[in-house]
Amino acid sequence: MQFESLNEFLAMGGYGFYVWLSFGSCAAILLALFFSSLRDGSKLRHEVRAQMKREERIKKAKQQEQV
Amino acid sequence: MWKWLHPYAKAERAYQLCNTLMPYFAVVTVVCLVVGWVWGLAYAPADYQQKDSYRIIFIHVPSAILSMGAYSSMAIAAVIALVWQIRNAELAVIAIAPVGAAMTAIALITGAAWGKPMWGAWWVWDARLTSELILLFLYLGVLSLYHAFEDKKSAGRAACILAVVGVINLPIIHFSVEWWNTLHQGATITKFDTSAIDSSMLWPLLINIAAFAGFVGVVTLIRLKNEILQCERHRPWVRELVGRGE
Repeated sequence: MQFESLNEFLAMGGYGFYVWLSFGSCAAILLALFFSSLRDGSKLRHEVRAQMKREERIKKAKQQEQV
Repeated sequence: MWKWLHPYAKAERAYQLCNTLMPYFAVVTVVCLVVGWVWGLAYAPADYQQKDSYRIIFIHVPSAILSMGAYSSMAIAAVIALVWQIRNAELAVIAIAPVGAAMTAIALITGAAWGKPMWGAWWVWDARLTSELILLFLYLGVLSLYHAFEDKKSAGRAACILAVVGVINLPIIHFSVEWWNTLHQGATITKFDTSAIDSSMLWPLLINIAAFAGFVGVVTLIRLKNEILQCERHRPWVRELVGRGE
């Protein structure tokens, strides 16, 4: 361990602002990209499921019309 | 080899391959990211000149390397898409582009945050920085070109052509520190000479490069799966898959 205390670690020898700005923005970008990619996927699956249900309903309605 | 490779041109097989590969990339990413950041931030020794500010290197260099690596892979996929008309390759181009753009953005932001304490300026119009900024615009150009067309066939072709033409920027970025007078320092890791970095700093750097590479892999696979599903959404295999709750 290079640092004696947590405060020293956060201060980064006076460069704390720049170091934490870099690591913070990096983490933010990585997380945002990861979760937005996952969300796109679940949204898409949701849409496909909704479309399938819709088609099912249309099919049923048509069958009832015939009866 | 071609016989073995060919089935992956089919969307369903490619989708399954994504699923198979994903856990490996995910493990590499999580393990290396945790080890790399803790090692780089807390355990690596301070630099004798730049003190603790140099710790930005542990994310700046990996993201910069991956910004160019992702572009190369995107361009290779674009060539495959243009020459052999394989649609999965086209989808891969669109899947990689946002990930590469994110890597480029990280490289630029961390570079600015490192430049301020070391050079006294957030940004200078220097060859390395400017060519990296152009790389970001290339990524955004490929994406917006793809989304600008209603017809996805011409959209794919246009985006692929831009991706291939943009390759010219890669050697410019790489050699910019040698061709022009620049504030940016030279290469840290070199293949042929001994590295300009001590092994106590080199190891965490290499681990972080692996972490970023893994991240690019994972997110590209997630996005490629999304693109394949989007493209094939009316096919029975997708409906079966979604119906199963996958």
